[in-house]
Amino acid sequence: MSLDNATRDSILAAIPNLRAFGISLTGNVDRADDLVQETILRALKNIDSFEPGTNMSAWLFTILRNLFRSEYRKRKREVEDATGMYADSLKSQPEQATRLEFEELRAALEKLPDDQREAVILVGASGFSYEEAAAICGCAVGTIKSRVNRARNRLAEIMSIDDLDDLGPDRQTRAVLTADRG
Amino acid sequence: MRRGRDGGAQDGREGFEMTQSNDKPEKPMQRARTGDSAPSGGLSREATIKIGQQLRAMYDEVVKEGVPDRFNDLLKRLDGDDKGGGKGPHS
Repeated sequence: MSLDNATRDSILAAIPNLRAFGISLTGNVDRADDLVQETILRALKNIDSFEPGTNMSAWLFTILRNLFRSEYRKRKREVEDATGMYADSLKSQPEQATRLEFEELRAALEKLPDDQREAVILVGASGFSYEEAAAICGCAVGTIKSRVNRARNRLAEIMSIDDLDDLGPDRQTRAVLTADRG
Repeated sequence: MRRGRDGGAQDGREGFEMTQSNDKPEKPMQRARTGDSAPSGGLSREATIKIGQQLRAMYDEVVKEGVPDRFNDLLKRLDGDDKGGGKGPHS
């Protein structure tokens, strides 16, 4: 197989985001990277069905999402042992307070149903519009909106984010900062 | 599906923060399955923004890593498949 440069470049350009999406779905960097690799292989095998001029990134996200749904979900989610693993495996180590926030968020995402998790990531983090996210997930725009809302509400509930928390660093962060100093 | 009641911002990223009252169940089945008791009223704007920021921060931490060698190698290898040799990424 020979890749034309434009195709290769747009695949390469999408990889960082695909990984971020994959990690959000699986909670595990290694599994996410495997998922991204499978996505690329699948995409290249089916490159003829990609319509030039349309959004390559959205197309790849769709493939990754469907792979995750069809294959990875069948395997039992074995992420209970992964606490800390996500941040540990990042190349650039976020500072401690941030790490705690990420872990908390990752654990909260873990508790969401798949459909809500993917919706809130696609719209809230990947930056897709509701329409694009709906196309990626193969459902109606209204459905995506509703899932995003529920996901956001659940996340807030799980992480105890509420109106009390609108003054600067949250309690946990402050606690860590204080502890560091002592 | 849009009945012209929801004052703009139906699409695009900012919509993320604007649609919290749109919480109707998609299908009865779905609702039962997720066991969602439809949190009433939705979140405060601050809470919504905060969740968005945290999601993006976590996500961007990964994006910042760029493309791991593994994928550069993979694409090189795939590209080379029909150019003879095909085995092992070179250069």
